[in-house]
Amino acid sequence: MNAAKRRNTRPDKTAKSALRHRFERWLLQHAQAFIFSLGQYIKHPVSNILTTAVIGISLALPASFYLLLDNVRHVSSGWDGSSQITLFLQTEIDDTQALAFANTLANNDNVRETILIKRAEALAEYRQLSGFADALEILDENPLPNVVLVKPHFDNANEDQIKTLIKALETMPAVDSAQYDSRWLQRLLSLLDIVNRLIVILSTLLGVAVLLVVGNTIRLAIHNHRAEIEISKLFGGTDSFIQRPFLYSGLWYGMFGGIIAWLLIVISTHILRQPVRQLANLYASDFQLIGLGFGHSLVLLGVGIALGLVGSWIAVKRHLRAIEPV
Amino acid sequence: MIQFTHVHMNYPGGNEALRNINLHIEQGAMVYIAGRSGAGKSTLLRLVALIDRHSRGQIIVNGQNLARVRNARIPIFRRHIGFMFQDHRLLNDRTVFDNVALPLVIAGSRHREIRKRVQAALDKVSLLAKVNSYPMALSGGEQQRVGVARAVVHRPAILLADEPTGNLDPTLSWDTMKLFEQFNQVGVTVLIASHDIDMVRRMSKRIITLKKGRILTHDGTPTTQ
Ligand SMILES: Nc1ncnc2c1ncn2[C@@H]1O[C@H](COP(=O)(O)OP(=O)(O)O)[C@@H](O)[C@H]1O
Ligand SMILES: [Mg+2]
Repeated sequence: MNAAKRRNTRPDKTAKSALRHRFERWLLQHAQAFIFSLGQYIKHPVSNILTTAVIGISLALPASFYLLLDNVRHVSSGWDGSSQITLFLQTEIDDTQALAFANTLANNDNVRETILIKRAEALAEYRQLSGFADALEILDENPLPNVVLVKPHFDNANEDQIKTLIKALETMPAVDSAQYDSRWLQRLLSLLDIVNRLIVILSTLLGVAVLLVVGNTIRLAIHNHRAEIEISKLFGGTDSFIQRPFLYSGLWYGMFGGIIAWLLIVISTHILRQPVRQLANLYASDFQLIGLGFGHSLVLLGVGIALGLVGSWIAVKRHLRAIEPV
Repeated sequence: MIQFTHVHMNYPGGNEALRNINLHIEQGAMVYIAGRSGAGKSTLLRLVALIDRHSRGQIIVNGQNLARVRNARIPIFRRHIGFMFQDHRLLNDRTVFDNVALPLVIAGSRHREIRKRVQAALDKVSLLAKVNSYPMALSGGEQQRVGVARAVVHRPAILLADEPTGNLDPTLSWDTMKLFEQFNQVGVTVLIASHDIDMVRRMSKRIITLKKGRILTHDGTPTTQ
């Protein structure tokens, strides 16, 4: 009763200051748990770094797949919509004939525009970009045909109309073969859709793996602190007081795991940047590898923290209640 | 302060640890619970602290009917109680200071206050010099005194001690009892379970003797001191 009496005679016991005092105490206990859990993390560096590395890799895998998908989408979006038919003309057709053919074709109702790529131009471009310049010198004749790019009036969606147009074009005597760029583009798009779903499944699985890793680590920590938990309960520690350091540990695991994942991705994109640029040059593209932007980095970190918190929360709910003082 | 009325305690498995206990311990009293091993001494203390809930009857502690204390309120209820154990139960990875500070940290005391009170408590048990030591570096008697300091640092209304001298030699046991007496003299209600009947008798305080879960005798000074 002494304790209670002493508390009641505190001179500043107005409602307002009592509330402030409680808030300060709450803040203080959070700060203590925050620092204590960080101290625990630093105290056992080897096992904690191993755990964090596992979490980091589990986060980095799906994140990098998403990034890859992002890049592929970015590349393909440049081609999307502007579907064009490539006509390879017969090799006998010379430049003037080819030009006349292209101009006639442009008047076709189904055709919006035609572009002639003369065989000499094609060779020059190929020589410059392919890296096979020396090999091409050996040939005395230009092996490339004249090419006419046909842009139809309708877009990708009108698959049937385009098919009819291609058939009509292929039967023309000047035409050797017709190639429709959008065919493989559509295949790529539906493939990307499958890949996208695969990535969702994989991310879910790896997310669950992170939850399990954090949950199990926290479960072990609870087990190792059993004596402390019992004593704390005996001296009036509330559940939230006792679980707080464990929840913060989960936060640390998730956050440091997220940072490791971020580093892995940043390093990987850095290593890939130069070769990707070279490859893009070969395709006459100024494409650059899309890295992890600021927003996506935050998302990665946020997902890590959220998984860490949820994992530790599950472990705390399942294992902390079971410990009662004896 | 503590009142038992027709209290029964059955542990799951049919073990009847306490049978029809009636007792009243006044505020500021110092009382010994004596009896052989298995008589129900620990069980009685556990019921007072709501570590276990009694099966039948009524227990009132510090004006509160324990049957009415919801599980969520148990932590707050326990903050008015100090504990001592035979196996001191110190945390070996914490310093003496941190061990003693635990009840204050739980209560959310401010740092300055924690410092002051921990030092006062350690001074009381003559261990101020060991404030930064780890429990493993202390002798059995010193560890026990750290346990005493932790049990009183938050100035509890009730001090419960379960075989506090079980591992100590007679001189140290006697010192520990004298320490409890000092806390009792500043108003703490003290309840000590002990099977060391000789030492208990020498303290000449009220003794409640249990035998197979029943109260055998109320000896010594009557309920009021
Ligand atoms: N958690 C428990 N579960 C079942 N039986 C118990 C439990 N704790 C104590 N008991 C039984 O209750 C009786 C009293 O035990 P206890 O209060 O520990 O006696 P004491 O402290 O006097 O030695 C004993 O028969 C003991 O076996
Ligand atoms: Mg006992």
